Amino acid sequence: MTAPAIELKGISKAFGPVQANKDISIRVKPGTIHGIIGENGAGKSTLMSILYGFYKADAGEIFIKGDKTEIPDSQAAIAAGIGMVFQHFKLVENFTVLENIILGAEDGGLLKQSLSKARKTLIELEKEYGLNVDPDAVIQDLGVGMQQRVEILKALYRQANILILDEPTGVLTPAEADQLFRILERLKEEGKTIILITHKLREIMDITDTVSVMRRGEMTATVRTPDTSPEELAELMVGRKVLLRVDKAPAKPGDTILDIKGLQVKDDKGVERLKGIDLHVRAGEILGVAGVAGNGQSELLEVLGGTMTAAGDVTLSGEPVDLTGKHSDGQSRRKRGIAHVPEDRQRQGLIMDFAAWENTAFGYHHDINYQRGVLMNNAAIRIDTAAKMERFDVRPPNPNLAAKNFSGGNQQKVVLAREIERNPDLLLIGQPTRGVDIGAIEFIHQQIVALRDQGKAILLISVELDEILGLSDRIAVMFDGQIMGERLPSETNEKELGLLMAGITDTDKPHSAEEVAQNLAHSHGEVR
Amino acid sequence: MELLSLFDLAVLDSTIRLATPLLLACLAGLFSERAGIFDIGLEGKMLAAAFFSAAVAAVTQSVWLGLAAGIAAAMALSAVHGLASITFKGNQLISGVAINFLAAGMTVLIAQDWFQQGGRTPSLIGGGRFPPITLPFVDAVRGIPFIGPIYAELISGHSILVYVAVLAVPGTWWILFRTRFGLRLRAVGENPAAVDTAGVSVVGLRFAAVAICGVLCGIAGAYLATALQAGFVKDMTAGRGFIALAALIFAKWRPWQALWATLLFGYLQAIALRPDIIERALGFTVQVQLLDAMPYILTVVILAGFVGKAIPPRAGGEPYVKER
Repeated sequence: MTAPAIELKGISKAFGPVQANKDISIRVKPGTIHGIIGENGAGKSTLMSILYGFYKADAGEIFIKGDKTEIPDSQAAIAAGIGMVFQHFKLVENFTVLENIILGAEDGGLLKQSLSKARKTLIELEKEYGLNVDPDAVIQDLGVGMQQRVEILKALYRQANILILDEPTGVLTPAEADQLFRILERLKEEGKTIILITHKLREIMDITDTVSVMRRGEMTATVRTPDTSPEELAELMVGRKVLLRVDKAPAKPGDTILDIKGLQVKDDKGVERLKGIDLHVRAGEILGVAGVAGNGQSELLEVLGGTMTAAGDVTLSGEPVDLTGKHSDGQSRRKRGIAHVPEDRQRQGLIMDFAAWENTAFGYHHDINYQRGVLMNNAAIRIDTAAKMERFDVRPPNPNLAAKNFSGGNQQKVVLAREIERNPDLLLIGQPTRGVDIGAIEFIHQQIVALRDQGKAILLISVELDEILGLSDRIAVMFDGQIMGERLPSETNEKELGLLMAGITDTDKPHSAEEVAQNLAHSHGEVR
Repeated sequence: MELLSLFDLAVLDSTIRLATPLLLACLAGLFSERAGIFDIGLEGKMLAAAFFSAAVAAVTQSVWLGLAAGIAAAMALSAVHGLASITFKGNQLISGVAINFLAAGMTVLIAQDWFQQGGRTPSLIGGGRFPPITLPFVDAVRGIPFIGPIYAELISGHSILVYVAVLAVPGTWWILFRTRFGLRLRAVGENPAAVDTAGVSVVGLRFAAVAICGVLCGIAGAYLATALQAGFVKDMTAGRGFIALAALIFAKWRPWQALWATLLFGYLQAIALRPDIIERALGFTVQVQLLDAMPYILTVVILAGFVGKAIPPRAGGEPYVKER
């Protein structure tokens, strides 16, 4: 039997009182794709950071190809043949592809020889693995899929035999993700070992040979992928049975609540971000808007939420909504019964250094129950917050804790509680479960469906197709500031939506991955 | 045409002499800021260098020892800035401001203690100053129309530090864009995480950049006290460190553009010294205060967007903290 490509024995790492990794042992067979799955904060990233020399483990040993190896820094990890593709790319945006690839791996003090050698090597690597990238392109002009290829090439240039990918598909469209998986398969055929870190069960099932599950810093199981199921993995991750599908009755849509006609937005550079959008949402219905990030969904949400001005006609329950005048701010929108759960909760939804009770008052600080004469009635806000936290199962239910001290899922519940409990007619909700644990996702989805069942209109924006398909009663797809089409969830699938997201409307014809990528790069270039 | 007198040889000659400290300081800032360390302490470093170079030159009668002392003083302050903003991840602006105040106060205090001349150093004479250098063939070409006087009057006859400053421009360009060190330095100012994950020390690179900044500031300060003038006086840098920062933005953090920007600011300073010429050329008097303010006014106008968008290095001003 060959030695494992990587073997970890009894790795432990604590940050103060928090035990991020607890006695973790794992063997990764060479030439396989090994998945590591777990919720946020389960310790996946810490484990990989130890492997890449970012942290030193408190205890435990690392063996590479059977040899005990110390990895005190990234240099040592690279020397041991480990390459890492981070979730947030580590690229210098205004450098060329070639410059990024040689950075830190130059030959000699002058750049000329390094660059010409790298150019040759790059051409060989492209041939070997089918990774086509223009070496002279500047990173900021490339789409995310291409940037990710550069990261992979960077690792291969440093002769990595073990490639670690951290949440690689988070920023990709389904088509781009498929392309990535084909590249990974090819790398595997060439004998590379791949460790794939993800929280997406479907990816694990699709591409890995073996999967290890982490929960609360511990490795709870390692199984052969064909021998397991998404349900079993979810249970191992969370520690209890989890409902992976959204459980909801068919919608009973009523009158049109939100009606949008010819909505146009130009950004401060004069680039059109929304090019005449027509949409409507009815009472008791969830309209899901799918699309690759940056194609106008954020602008749509901001215009409706009152943080961006626009041209066009928008009505709420038949009454016109002010898009440019003095009633176009968020406060006026809230008075009209529009609640807004913004896409980026850490920047737009919460002030991270403020306590939960202060965050709960934001936007509703004029509430008469929150006043005591000219002063704020802080005690009342605290009591109200505590009640909301109870109902939304925020853990810990402590209104005095700063927002930054809650996990992602609990932060989102604080925002949701603030907005939903105001009993709005229309709920705008962006990326409701980004960076949220599976257990909390289940809860958040239930709350959104419950609001719908009370007869409220919901506009959902998400880049997660699973979420769009599972939650929506109707789906609109955006590309390049336009609506490419509407579909019913029961009559469409990921593939069709993926093509629409790339601006391809004749979805019944076959389309190559290259075509999709090209279309997307075009839209990224124009929208940015 | 009287307007031409605005560009007579004497004005242009003093433009070069006044642009030199700006250019050196600007390149100093360029190295530091390209590596992601904002440095508003250029002023203080130049001032400290000016004092220590003049003091050592006055005592030893050796201008070269003076230069060495000036560089050492500026590097010491650079080390303080590096320690505060790189090692201890402090606020770079606060550290820079502190250095400016420290230098402004300490130079005068030490000068008074050492020389008892009211916070100045004794006037430098003989070997205590950098002499003008006469370039070869000056006498041979002087007679050639146009080119001759330009070579003899304008290009020849400056102190060696002027030529050092000019040569530092292609030198900086070459280091930044043709060497491994330059690639890494630019990368660490744009995305230190990329440098770190590539297995290169962010701290090491940033300290190297700050050290180079100290050397150049040291030369700039020594030039002020031992070449442009003959000795140190209180606050003799007179805001040149800040003008150099403005020039750096004007130049969009690029070396050749830094040369042109500092020449422009040097010209404005030179013309401000000659109100008589302005009166002759324009036919009316312009207040000296207005002329003195011109570099600053120009900076504001420039920053208001007349040179297009100046994008600073992306990681500038941010201490690098490893993320989990």
